[in-house]
Amino acid sequence: MSGLSPVSDGAYDVELRAVTKRFGHLKAVDAVSLKVRKGEFLSLLGPSGCGKTTSLRLVAGFEQPDEGEILIGGTDAVGTPPYRRDVNTVFQQYALFPHMSVLDNVSYGLKQRKVGKSERYARAREALELVRMTGREAQKPTTLSGGQQQRIALARALVMRPRVLLLDEPLGALDLKLRKEMQIELKRIQEQVGITFIYVTHDQGEALSMSDRVAVMANGVIEQIDEPRVIYDRPLTPFVADFIGDMNFLTGEVVEAADGGFAIDAGAGIVVRGRGQAAKGTRMRVGIRPERMVAVAGPPAGTANSAGAEVVTKMYLGDQIQIVAELPGIGSIVVREQRASADPALDSIHPGDRIALSWDESSPLLLGETAPASTAGQQEEQS
Amino acid sequence: MAVAEKTPEVAAAPAAARRRRSFKPRYPGWLTAPSLLYYAVFFLGPMAILVAFSLAVQQGFGSLKYGFDTSQYSQVTTSLYLHIFERTLVMAGFGTVLAVAVGYPVAYWMARYLSTYKMLALLLVVVPFWTSFLIRTYALKIILDPHGYLARDLGINILYTKYAVAVGLVYNYLPLFILPVFASLERMDWTLIEAATDLGARPFTAFREITLRLTLPGVVTGALLVFIPMTGEYIIPNILGGGNYEFVGNVIGDQFNQAQNQPFGSALSIGLMAALSVFVIAYILVATKEEQFGA
Repeated sequence: MSGLSPVSDGAYDVELRAVTKRFGHLKAVDAVSLKVRKGEFLSLLGPSGCGKTTSLRLVAGFEQPDEGEILIGGTDAVGTPPYRRDVNTVFQQYALFPHMSVLDNVSYGLKQRKVGKSERYARAREALELVRMTGREAQKPTTLSGGQQQRIALARALVMRPRVLLLDEPLGALDLKLRKEMQIELKRIQEQVGITFIYVTHDQGEALSMSDRVAVMANGVIEQIDEPRVIYDRPLTPFVADFIGDMNFLTGEVVEAADGGFAIDAGAGIVVRGRGQAAKGTRMRVGIRPERMVAVAGPPAGTANSAGAEVVTKMYLGDQIQIVAELPGIGSIVVREQRASADPALDSIHPGDRIALSWDESSPLLLGETAPASTAGQQEEQS
Repeated sequence: MAVAEKTPEVAAAPAAARRRRSFKPRYPGWLTAPSLLYYAVFFLGPMAILVAFSLAVQQGFGSLKYGFDTSQYSQVTTSLYLHIFERTLVMAGFGTVLAVAVGYPVAYWMARYLSTYKMLALLLVVVPFWTSFLIRTYALKIILDPHGYLARDLGINILYTKYAVAVGLVYNYLPLFILPVFASLERMDWTLIEAATDLGARPFTAFREITLRLTLPGVVTGALLVFIPMTGEYIIPNILGGGNYEFVGNVIGDQFNQAQNQPFGSALSIGLMAALSVFVIAYILVATKEEQFGA
C-alpha cells in the first residue's frame, strides 16, 4: 500500500492508523488511530452513529477503509477479505445458520479450514463446554432462547481460536438480568482463553465493568481511551464527562489561578474551587459528579464550593437518595448520596424546600474552555 | 353443532378454554361449502368426464360408446407417444433449468442490491403478464423471424426449431419463477453471509451453503410453477415450433379438435397428469421440510 512497509512491535494485535471510512458525505470513522494490546479486553463505547460498529467492521473486513492502515497481528490487512483474516465476529443478532444443528454451526468455520469431521466435532464440543452449552448439539438454533443462541454464536467464533474476537453489541438483544449474567460469563471466558476482545457497546455500565480499557467514541473519533477508572474519574472532554455516568456542569470565568488550583465564578454567587491548571480570565467548564456532592437541609454556608438550591424531586434508589434541585439562574443539578451517611433531615424535605449543597476541592473536574453546550448525547441510565 | 356442544365447557373453565380455542376452527365448517361446490362442479366434474371419455370407444366420427375399454391407454404407452411424452418432459425440464439459470440471478440482484428501485424492478418483471400470452408469443415469433430486423441482423436462425420453443418457454414463464424466489431471497438475513465469510467461507461457498440452501424451497416452488404449465404447453410449440416440435399438449389438442377422438385425447391427458403427479409429490416432500427452519 504505502511506500513504507508497515511494521509493528508485536505488542499489539490490532492497530488502526489514521483510518477513515466514509458513507457518502458522512465520515463514519474519521482518522481514527487505535492500538489494541495482546490479550486485552477493549471496549468501543459511544452512542449510536458514533462509528464504533463501523470501526469493528473495518477490523473484521466487512468494510474497507477509504484512508489509513489496519494492521492485524502486525501485518497490513487492508484489502484482505474477511475469510482470510485471523479475527472472528460475534454478531448482535447471533446470525446462526438456521438450517444447521448447533454442532454444525459451531464447527462450520473448522469445516471451511478442512478440519476432519471427528476432530472438528470434538473441538466444537469443547467450545460448547466452554460456553456451558452442552447437551444441545443436535438441536436447531431457533429452538433455543436468545441467551443460549448468543452462547452458541460465541462458541462458533471461539472455536476458531482467532487472534482477536470482535463482539458487536452481543448482549444488546437480551433482557437485563440475562445481560448481567452474560457479562460475567464473557469476562470469565475472556480470561480463560486469553484472546483479545474488541467489544462494541453503547452501554457504559457494560463497558466500564468488563473492559481493561475503554475507547469512548463520538462523531467518528475517539474522544478518550483509557482504563475504566480513569475514564470515569478524569474525563478529558465534556462529551466523555456527560456520556459516562451523570455529571453536573457549571461554567464561568476563572477569577483565580495559582499553585495548581483555580476558582471559577459560576454566577449566582457560586464560586467553584478546584485543582488543575486554568488560565485566569478564560471561561471554563467544570463538572461535578452527583455522588461527590453533599446536601443538607437549610441555608448555604456562603463560602466557596457551596450553593443554595431548591428541591425539585427526591427519589430513593434503594441504598441511595437522589435529589434533583434547581440552582437559581443556572439550572438543575443532581445530588446522589449514600443514605447511611446522608443528612437524616433530608428524609423530611419536599419539593420547594431549600437545601445547601457543598463539595470538596478534589471534586470539580476541569473540562476545558467552553464551547456552546452542544455535546448533548442522551444520558444513559446508570446501571 | 360441534360448536354448540363445547359452549358450556367454555363457560365453566374460561382460562383453559381460551387456550384451547385458538387451536380450534373459528368458523363452522359448512362455510367452505361454496368453494367445495365450485371444486366439485368445475374440477371433479370435468375430471369425471375425462375419465369416462378415456374409457369409452369411438364409434364413427364424433360419437362415443361409453364403457370400460382400456385400449386407449395401451395406445398411449406405444413408443410413438412415449417419445412425445419424453420430448415434452425433457423440454419442460430444460426450460425450467434455463428459467432457474436466468431467473435466480435476477431475483438475487433485485433482493440484495436494489433498494429504491426494488419495487419498480418487480413491476417490470410482472409487466409482461399485462399482455396476452398469445400476443407475447407472436411478438417473439417476429423477433426470432430470420427475415425480421432483429434476428436477421444478429444472424439468429432458430425459428421453428426446438431452440425457439425453449426461448419461448423461458420468456413466457420466467416471472412465475422469479416471484417466489425473490420472496424467499427477500426473507434472507444477509448477516448470515457475513458470518459465513467471517468463519472462513469463500463467497461462492457461502452462497452455496447458506443462501442457496435457505432459498431452496423458493427455488423448488418456482421451478414447479414453471415446469407444470410448460409440460402442458400447446401454444408455444405450435407458434414457435411451427409444428416441427410437438408437445403432448399439441397431440391432445389434435385429438379433440381435428381427429374428434376424445377417448384417446382423454387418455393422453390422464397420462400427462399421472406423470406430473410424481413431481408434485416430490414438491410436497420438500415443502414440508421447509417448515423445519421456516426459510
